[in-house]
Amino acid sequence: MAEDSETKKVFDAEAAGSLMKELRGTYASGKTRSYEWRVAQLKNVMKIVDDHEKDILDAIRADLSKPEQESYIAEISIVKSSCTRALGELNRWMKPEKVKTSITTFPSSAEIVSEPLGVVLIIGAWNFPLLLALDPAIGAIAAGNAVVLKPSELCPATSSLIAKLVGKYLDSSCIKVVEGSVAETSALLEQKWDKIFFTGSGRVGRIVMAAAAKHLTPVALELGGKCPVVVDSDINLPVAVRRIAGGKWASNNGQACIAPDYIITTKDFAPKLIDALKHELEAWYGKDPLESKDLAHIVNSNHFARLVKLLDDDKVSGKIIHGGQRDKANLKFAPTILLDVPEDSLVMNDEIFGPLLPILTVDKLEDSFDMITSRGKPLAAYLFTNNKKLKEKFVKTVSAGGLVINDTVLHFAEKTLPFGGVGESGIGSYHGKFSYEAFSHRKSVLYRGFAGDASARYPPYSDRKLKLLKALLSGSVVGVILALIGWS
Amino acid sequence: MAEIVKHLEPDLEELRESYRSGKTKEASWRKSQLKGLLTLLKEQEKDIFKALEQDLGKHYAESYRDEVGTLTKSVNLALSSLKDWMSSRKAKLPIAAFPSTAEVFPEPLGLVLIISSWNFPFGLSLEPVIGAIAAGNSVVLKPSELAPASSSLLAKTIPTYLDKKAVKVIEGGAAIGEHLLRCKWDKIFFTGNARVGRIVLTAAANYLTPVTLELGGKCPAIFDSFSSSWDKEMVIKRVLGGKFGACAGQACIAIDYILVQEGFAPTLLELLRSMTKKMFGENPRETKSMARIINKQHFLRLKNLLDDPSVQSSIVHGGGMDEDNLFIEPTILMNPPLKASIMTDEIFGPLLPIITLKKIEDSIEFINSRPKALAIYVFTKNETLKRRIISETSSGSVTFNDAIIQYAADTIPFGGVGESGFGRYHGKFSFDTFTHEKAILRRSLLTEFWFRFPPWNDFKLALTKSAYSFDYFGFLLVLLGLKKNS
Repeated sequence: MAEDSETKKVFDAEAAGSLMKELRGTYASGKTRSYEWRVAQLKNVMKIVDDHEKDILDAIRADLSKPEQESYIAEISIVKSSCTRALGELNRWMKPEKVKTSITTFPSSAEIVSEPLGVVLIIGAWNFPLLLALDPAIGAIAAGNAVVLKPSELCPATSSLIAKLVGKYLDSSCIKVVEGSVAETSALLEQKWDKIFFTGSGRVGRIVMAAAAKHLTPVALELGGKCPVVVDSDINLPVAVRRIAGGKWASNNGQACIAPDYIITTKDFAPKLIDALKHELEAWYGKDPLESKDLAHIVNSNHFARLVKLLDDDKVSGKIIHGGQRDKANLKFAPTILLDVPEDSLVMNDEIFGPLLPILTVDKLEDSFDMITSRGKPLAAYLFTNNKKLKEKFVKTVSAGGLVINDTVLHFAEKTLPFGGVGESGIGSYHGKFSYEAFSHRKSVLYRGFAGDASARYPPYSDRKLKLLKALLSGSVVGVILALIGWS
Repeated sequence: MAEIVKHLEPDLEELRESYRSGKTKEASWRKSQLKGLLTLLKEQEKDIFKALEQDLGKHYAESYRDEVGTLTKSVNLALSSLKDWMSSRKAKLPIAAFPSTAEVFPEPLGLVLIISSWNFPFGLSLEPVIGAIAAGNSVVLKPSELAPASSSLLAKTIPTYLDKKAVKVIEGGAAIGEHLLRCKWDKIFFTGNARVGRIVLTAAANYLTPVTLELGGKCPAIFDSFSSSWDKEMVIKRVLGGKFGACAGQACIAIDYILVQEGFAPTLLELLRSMTKKMFGENPRETKSMARIINKQHFLRLKNLLDDPSVQSSIVHGGGMDEDNLFIEPTILMNPPLKASIMTDEIFGPLLPIITLKKIEDSIEFINSRPKALAIYVFTKNETLKRRIISETSSGSVTFNDAIIQYAADTIPFGGVGESGFGRYHGKFSFDTFTHEKAILRRSLLTEFWFRFPPWNDFKLALTKSAYSFDYFGFLLVLLGLKKNS
């Protein structure tokens, strides 16, 4: 980082090395393994969001100008419910899982024991700066690991608040926050971690995975993609439109990995859909959305310029049918709808991550499924319909991290569903028990008895031994008995 | 090789097209492929034994026990479980979510690459293939070129018994491997050493391809003292079976070295010596009671391990080397120096060091100061020691009072941690490793939590807070105007 005051040292490779050394020492001491330690930390995470709700909301507003209710729903409440769930389930998650064994290993018993991976690195993203740092951390802590959090530098107020509160409330010998951008992250990535959990873009995801490869470190990558919304004509339009608009513009003004990216609908239905969307947008944000306090801003001028470029593309110039207003000085961007942009336009090739919503029209909706699958697997895909056959075909043919029928984004809040991507949208999943497992090694433990042994297993080998082996491996008790009789 | 490279893109395109057509997703296709594998294993059994004898000097009983037998068991399990594995799993939802339903739908990843190793060339190739096919993927298998007879038999038989438009075998060495790694896969499953594992993972990063790495490590066997002679004889057999009986120690889960309390060491050594003679006889190469070393390079590598004079002098049994026949006798060493290569590198051969400790519990610190192994073996009846090993050490797996046999168990995952790899397979875990668990949430358009949406106000916020903490009563109070947002 450019500014080094006397009190703030540069976090370089050497600093990263000593950080790692310290954490390895603490982890080796066994401190993070106990149920009591994990519970105490989780309770303190809860305290952070309970006691500092206002500070958190202020910081997020300073960084992103996000409406308070959005920050509450999308960040604070989810962190709280993750803590609650982890605290309620931890005992169960930590218990070894007993499994059956077969005659092949008779007499034996077996279980699967969860153990922490060790020292893990969590890199957060800027769009939900509190959530995407703390939610994975809850899983890592519940699983008994030592943790380093690197919150996004694009949200300096939130990053610094996280550093302060984690330092104050959590066990800083085992849980640390490193603030910074490319230089600091690179220094961290050179270290050998037991797991790296990254939320962000595919481009940086590749860099993280390549760095992890040097140390054979497993990674979880929560990336993004162009999440499509397929809209049929047989639906309750007002409800559907609210859900689409909510998933798009009430989610950080479209800057969310699971926000609807573009819509596909039939040529016939498009006018109705567009009207309904326009109507809802005006009800929510008024006639001049740039004046509304309920719309989040664009995170910074780089992303603002990126979105402007998507709109200024020659190929889409005549296609803007709603919105398009923007205020560069204040990083405000109005909800914008485009109709039938060419498939090779910029806006249809990159993940939009903003308030632009292209609508593509087709003759038959089923035709759109191939179009979706040819574009790389997104983090989420949405379908609005009451047609059972269409639903089943969608589930079977569209591959994405997760699917929602008749709503958008909500699966994020369901803790019993794994949340993660596939293909370009990521590797691994989390939420609820999946968070615990993401940061655990599930160790197989096999207990063998002494009661009997098939000498058939050992040399010197013979045909008769082979017969018994065949029976043993087939799991057939009768076969084993027959072979033994023949054997003796 | 030029031929293979020329055909590579079109071949892969054919495999991707098979996947895109939806054919491999059908239960009927998967079943037919699995049945095809079963038939292959049955009809080609003799040829498989011959190939393994050629490549590794294995006795057919060992080949059956470790490869053909375990594969047959795995295919049968996949066939009988397929319907269950393929079905969606319902996820519970809180009342607040009513009337939604949620499930997890297992879908194939697409086109997967399986790279296997030379020590169990059939087992380590086909075991992952079973999982990949059961999960509905198209597959490319690259067997190890170091086991040429096995590789060539696989290349010959797979297209005959399986759907050649969806499952292909591509033979070759490092150069072919490099070409393959430059392509885009939906998953890579690699069994081999850590050095190549890094290369695979780095290549995968270019495409964000998920990877399973089955690597190795120095698997220790902790040997506690046993009083009963019945017990002693049984565990000694298991130890020797887990070392010399497992492809002459060339196995990722073979016992690498033994840790024993110094007082018990002489007894252990005697037991090992006499049982080694009994099990492997005077001429193990001729009777094929032990496999040979795979090739000259590995033979010389193992020879080098013994070259160090301080290691040489620690040999207490065996040590005989037959370079022409690539055969090394079962060899036992007592306390070779810990800094010597034989104690820092994975041995992967029939050399068995015994390291003595003051107390058997010291084995925990010994193991923890070294990279995490694929398996830890503990031969003991001491329940406290067992519990301590499980909670104070980390490894892919732990097996008590036996070795290697965890490979044959379907209900426990098989895989490493740390340097021994990540990801797992066997049984349903094989299916899962080639599957994307797609979350599906189905909502009704009939009901709505209208307070989810802007324009925002305090009332809506109060409702949201209650709803999200599942405070149904509080929710009601807010709704009735009896409770405000604090």
